[in-house]
Amino acid sequence: MKQPAVGFDMHFAFTDEQVMIAETAKAFFAENATSERTRAAMAETGVDSALWQAFTGELGLAGVAIPENCGGVGLGMVELAILAEEAGRNTAALPFLASLGLAAPAILAGGSEEQKARLLPRLASGERIASFAVASADGTPGATLSDGTLTGAALHVPHGGTADLFVVAASNGVAIVDRGAPGLGVTPLTSMDQTRPYARLHFDGVAAEALADPRAAVSAAFTTGWLVLAADALGGAQACLDRTVAYTQERVQFGRAIGSFQAVKHRLADMMVAIEQARSAVYWAACAIDEGSDESAFAVHAAKAFACDTYSHCAGEMIQLHGGIGFTWEHDAHLYFKRARSNASLLGTPDWHREQVAQLAGLDQAA
Amino acid sequence: MKLGFSPEEEAFRAEAASWLKAELEGPFADVRGRTSLTEMPERRRDWEKRLGEAGWSCVGWPKAYGGRDATLAQQVIFAEEYARWGAPPRLNHIGIELAGPTILAFGTEAQKARLLPKIAKGEEIWCQGYSEPNAGSDLANVRTKAWRDGDDWVIEGQKVWTSLAQFSDWIFVIARTEEGSKGPKGLSFLLVPVDQSGVTVRPIHQITGEAEFNETFFDGARTAAANILGEPGDGWKVAMGLLGFERGVSTLAQQMGFRNELDAVIAAARANGEAKNPLIRQRIAKAEIGLKLMRYGALRMLTDAEGGTLNPSALTYKIQWATWRRDLGELAMDVLGVSGETVEGSEYAFPVLPNLFLYSRADTIYGGTNEIQRNIIAERALGLPREPRGDLK
Repeated sequence: MKQPAVGFDMHFAFTDEQVMIAETAKAFFAENATSERTRAAMAETGVDSALWQAFTGELGLAGVAIPENCGGVGLGMVELAILAEEAGRNTAALPFLASLGLAAPAILAGGSEEQKARLLPRLASGERIASFAVASADGTPGATLSDGTLTGAALHVPHGGTADLFVVAASNGVAIVDRGAPGLGVTPLTSMDQTRPYARLHFDGVAAEALADPRAAVSAAFTTGWLVLAADALGGAQACLDRTVAYTQERVQFGRAIGSFQAVKHRLADMMVAIEQARSAVYWAACAIDEGSDESAFAVHAAKAFACDTYSHCAGEMIQLHGGIGFTWEHDAHLYFKRARSNASLLGTPDWHREQVAQLAGLDQAA
Repeated sequence: MKLGFSPEEEAFRAEAASWLKAELEGPFADVRGRTSLTEMPERRRDWEKRLGEAGWSCVGWPKAYGGRDATLAQQVIFAEEYARWGAPPRLNHIGIELAGPTILAFGTEAQKARLLPKIAKGEEIWCQGYSEPNAGSDLANVRTKAWRDGDDWVIEGQKVWTSLAQFSDWIFVIARTEEGSKGPKGLSFLLVPVDQSGVTVRPIHQITGEAEFNETFFDGARTAAANILGEPGDGWKVAMGLLGFERGVSTLAQQMGFRNELDAVIAAARANGEAKNPLIRQRIAKAEIGLKLMRYGALRMLTDAEGGTLNPSALTYKIQWATWRRDLGELAMDVLGVSGETVEGSEYAFPVLPNLFLYSRADTIYGGTNEIQRNIIAERALGLPREPRGDLK
């Protein structure tokens, strides 16, 4: 992409390097994250292990937002969002959100130097998968940390069934729990979205290693997790539009391609209008976090709410505009529809994020 | 990919801000904060001239034609400061945003030298003669005719919805110059002086009570043979080029106006307690998000334009802002409740927010209705089949 012209310092477009990452990731997922492979993973653990190994190993991009001295690539949120968008475009069955969008940023922001150096390189290399558990979610009693042990439960842990370690946000701290630790119970849950299945965790006095700065850990995990979900939603919504446009150009009824009917064209146009706004939202949020802008909280709430709503809308339209075939298990529309729902429900619904925006916009200040 | 401006650009911002502040707190305090396009037309002309004298009228144009040679970023900054200081909508916005850029792109050297400095100095106001009673969304169906008579073009026909024609010195007209031609063929883009006996301007009252636009009748109106942009028959090409300019820097200035409107809605909601209503909070949050996404969408669009490409996403901008503003008008009335329904005094002229509710119904119609925008997006960006033409006359 063109470098900024002289005197033009406002450059809200990808750099050459970012374009390259996007093209590489797009080609990688298109070739490897096929419907067949995703469906095979859905029937098992929800992780396409070979794809994860290739993504973290050969492609070497899993550590894109992890510093170089922790085994990563040392880039930022824009690059992480690019990868999440491309993974989302193919509903890739990967622990991307769990390991790279939640656990890694929690450790990076809240861990000691020693913890970061010990834990992050193996997440970046794909050798280990981590997930993030909010132990007090959904109004449950949650979990408490006491004398290096954790007691309680976490109800919905994304890709919890395949994680090797967990970052657990307890009521009084954040701690790392190893999969093999005695006293940890992991129950995989039958999940609507089988590309990102949940597990339930029980902690019965399980050994837990506290992170140095729990507040920073939770804040980074949420912020990055929201961005990753928004970017995944953007890629997914774009795929819903692209596939539906292609289908409506082929499908003939009443002697015409159904894509020639205004009732159909206008709905596809509305999808594009929403998607282009979602794209602005995701990359504005990513830039704002990278630049430490004082707008970053506003931006990431906006992105999570808008992109997830857009994905739900587009995936619903995908089913509707495909007609009966779109309602079958055989067609991929339900993969998008279910992932869209999961993205919206996980880590705060769009309404919740909009309420955060309302507060940030100053609605509670005195008149 | 990055946000924000350089220190040099911020210095430019300070210069623009200090000039605007001095003028709008000084000699032009009376036009500050005006939102209507038709109020105090004489003072608005004075303001156009003052901007022109100081070189702040058409900052992105070449200096040779009265501009400032400003970079795109500087144009954005000036637009932002202009709105931030409460400067009023530009009486000559059609000259500055549409006629000028079209003359720059398609005009001869002589046309540029004659016409552009007059726009930049605020001495000649322009309006747009596109729509006709039977050429609205189907713009290519224009029936206004023109033909050569000696050294002149002679024009016969009628235009409608000509905003600000009552204040204008010039109108640009799409007219059929090839007899018997149909659709986009055989049209020419003529520049016609308004002040002549062959041109009659009749105001149309809008649902707001104001008369911003007009019917314009051409009955043997004349303009010099040289007053044509492009060749005879190139009218459609020039007109379509012009539509591209409607998506330029002015969008960011427009957004600063939207910011002021949204702030007014929030202030009203805080004042009457509606800011505590969870449903209103959701809608205000949606409006806040939508406004930010317009800003970053426009910055993407401008960055692409600087790189010489028009990304198809630019086609989504019109429906986006128009729908956003119409929704804001409805939100404003839901916040105000019945108190938004009345106004003091006998004149049918509502304050900013109730007026927004009425005025914003035009936004989803003019410049291509939402339905036409959806066709454009579906056909040009998504590659879906074109709408078939009917054959009713």
